[in-house]
Amino acid sequence: MLDIRRIPIASLIGIVLTSLFVLMAVFAPLIAPYGNAEIVSETPWDVMSSAHWLGTDNLGRDLLSRMIYGARITLFIAVLATALSFSLGAILGFSAAVFGGWYDTILSRLVDLLMSIPTLIMGLVVLSVLPSNLVTLILVMGILDSTRVYRLSRAVAVDINVMDYVEAAKLRGEGSGWIIFREILPNALSPLVSELGLRFIYAVLFLSTLSFLGLGVQPPDADWGGMVKENKDGIVFGIPAALIPAAAIAALAISVNLVADWVLNRTTSLKGGRG
Amino acid sequence: MADGKAKSGLLLDIRNLRIEATVYPPGEAPKTITLVHDVSLTLEKGKVLGLIGESGAGKSTIGLSSMGYGRGGVRITGGEVILNGRDILKGGKEGFRKLRGREVCYVAQSAAAAFNPAHRLMDQVVEASLLHGTATRAEAEKRAVALFKKLSLPNPEIIGERFPHQVSGGQLQRVMTAMALCSEPDLIVFDEPTTALDVTTQIDVLAAIKDAIRDTHVAALYITHDLAVVAQVSDEIMVLRHGRLVEWGGTRQIIKEPRQEYTNALVSVHEIEHREQQPGTTPMLSVKNVTAAYGGGHVKVLKNVSVDIFPGQTLAVVGESGSGKSTLARAITGLLPPEQGSVVFDGRTLGNKLSDRPKEDLRQLQMIYQMADVAMNPRQTVGTIIGRPLEFYFGMKGRERDKRVNELLDEIEMGKGFIDRYPAELSGGQKQRVCIARSLAAKPKLIICDEVTSALDPLVANGILKLLLNLQQVEKVAYLFITHDLATVKSIADSIAVMYRGEVVRYGSKSKVLTPPFDAYTDLLLSSVPEMEIGWLEKAIAGRRMESAGN
Repeated sequence: MLDIRRIPIASLIGIVLTSLFVLMAVFAPLIAPYGNAEIVSETPWDVMSSAHWLGTDNLGRDLLSRMIYGARITLFIAVLATALSFSLGAILGFSAAVFGGWYDTILSRLVDLLMSIPTLIMGLVVLSVLPSNLVTLILVMGILDSTRVYRLSRAVAVDINVMDYVEAAKLRGEGSGWIIFREILPNALSPLVSELGLRFIYAVLFLSTLSFLGLGVQPPDADWGGMVKENKDGIVFGIPAALIPAAAIAALAISVNLVADWVLNRTTSLKGGRG
Repeated sequence: MADGKAKSGLLLDIRNLRIEATVYPPGEAPKTITLVHDVSLTLEKGKVLGLIGESGAGKSTIGLSSMGYGRGGVRITGGEVILNGRDILKGGKEGFRKLRGREVCYVAQSAAAAFNPAHRLMDQVVEASLLHGTATRAEAEKRAVALFKKLSLPNPEIIGERFPHQVSGGQLQRVMTAMALCSEPDLIVFDEPTTALDVTTQIDVLAAIKDAIRDTHVAALYITHDLAVVAQVSDEIMVLRHGRLVEWGGTRQIIKEPRQEYTNALVSVHEIEHREQQPGTTPMLSVKNVTAAYGGGHVKVLKNVSVDIFPGQTLAVVGESGSGKSTLARAITGLLPPEQGSVVFDGRTLGNKLSDRPKEDLRQLQMIYQMADVAMNPRQTVGTIIGRPLEFYFGMKGRERDKRVNELLDEIEMGKGFIDRYPAELSGGQKQRVCIARSLAAKPKLIICDEVTSALDPLVANGILKLLLNLQQVEKVAYLFITHDLATVKSIADSIAVMYRGEVVRYGSKSKVLTPPFDAYTDLLLSSVPEMEIGWLEKAIAGRRMESAGN
């Protein structure tokens, strides 16, 4: 069983911070002192005060409330995009390794094709053509990222596919479903989990980049990256409003990876994590 | 070092050696475990002491302590190791550096893994002599060539120019012995030098080592788990178990009149009574003129092979590595579709490819692998591993499945409490038993056993063989038993097929195959199996009619 005292301190910090971010995102309307698009101050970039803990932004909106709503959008898009890229990339990668032959060749060359175009440029082109809404954003981010996951999972699965226990399963007559999900997946979990932590953060950063360029989340909503963009001009005047969402991205990155490392420790155990 | 030798013939004197290691069980405080409990031994100059025992007995650890080395964080915490009259443990790092490679040399189990693949053999052989400044390069190379000759390596003048991957395993093992002898040490530690080799190659290496020891008057510690091998080369034998001394005596006394029960068990390990069954009228599985090849037909590994297996009986396929015995198993199971010929099972011809065979055919034909560790998914519990064939073939679920899994665990003589374990939590013998249970779960008519005991200690292997024989009585299952160990074949086979370079050279019932007159290859195989008898090695070498394939 899971024993809290046996979790290393670093992982515990990661778990606490990550859960705080998640709770903030889920209960955003209850926590936020003001509305997301509500203009509460006459002066833009108002200083931090008891009414506005983090001050206000470039339009005089409460920055804390914006941050809380921003967590919601950032996490929602990043989580869904990562989930999509992993399910797509891992399943296609594993099946390419198991089936081999033409299936593998065609899929691998398609992925090479996609990867040969820089992700950002590809994203910009596709997003400027397609209607700008959350669904397209998630789909584009997920599919572009899945190429990296595909390559990793195919490489890992090719090694596992030649093990005697996979051969034993094939001799038993098992279908590809069992081989992919019950024989290969559990043994490929460790590299995938460590990649997951990294890819999730890349998704947050990619979303920030897209928003920064104006193709991501559309105003008045904003993810943290978009908020950096909105407030970037303030830096010139010594106003820290742009640094707060940036710091939030950094904190999220670190805490998610602390959790991923801890999960990794447990998935590498060959004794079911109980030994 | 000269005065110690002058006083007496004593070279090595280990007194009350205690070796400990710290283990770090996950989630628990680190513990110190004792690997060797106060073992003492003495070795005179020019004598050979055999250290024997199963894995974990501490034999390698004791052997390496004679050069003050502890492998993998192992510490020597008590006792004295007196070599040439001084306690080497007090010499510190500088002392060890002078000692290793000069006074004591080491021959590892797997020469292929121990040589650096990036350097030529000669450079590695003379390295120790040059490092210690005992010889110039020219002298050392001359000595090395002389040793290559003595160890009967082919082309002794030029073999040193080769890289490790360019010579065979048996040759590499001999080059490593030459490397150990090259710096003219007083003591050599042989750590299972022939365990990884085929019987036919083993005998050459063994003879070479024995001659070299005799001619150079070097003393040796010979570590092995094979009593028959150690009986050929050593003057004295020390039996170890769980890091403690069991028995220590002259070679003749240990193998003829063992005083301890454990030694007796080791000596009589291969004696399994098995009455040969006469072949029935209709074979259950016939392999008919099968030819198979790898690499799109370029490398023919099986040439026109035909064998029959009768219901409830055992066919043993014997041969050295590369003879095509495992390929035969792959052709029968459909993993490697044969180019020509067919496999007939129960009167119907089996599909060539695995994907052409119905589930029922797959169920009837099960396979057990050599390496049980990699034949089981490390992330499935024993319950899943054994239970899956039940679910898959018979649709058993839930409590019914668990009940049957427990019955199977009883059948393989493993009690309750194993069902939730992972393979990493089992010993080598237990892993192989679980693999047997997995194949039995499918209620097959034929089980292909691919070298199932060769990775195991003799006592454990013996247990597995007995279990297989009992299960054959109960379940009426037939075995196709692939092995290179003729002692195993004698214990369990009903009929035997001897394979050599992809062809069956001798085939028939056990008594027929094992009765003279023999063909040259069968004779070589049979005469190469070490027997627990002093002087067997010389007799076997003298009586051989053909060179082994390793040469």
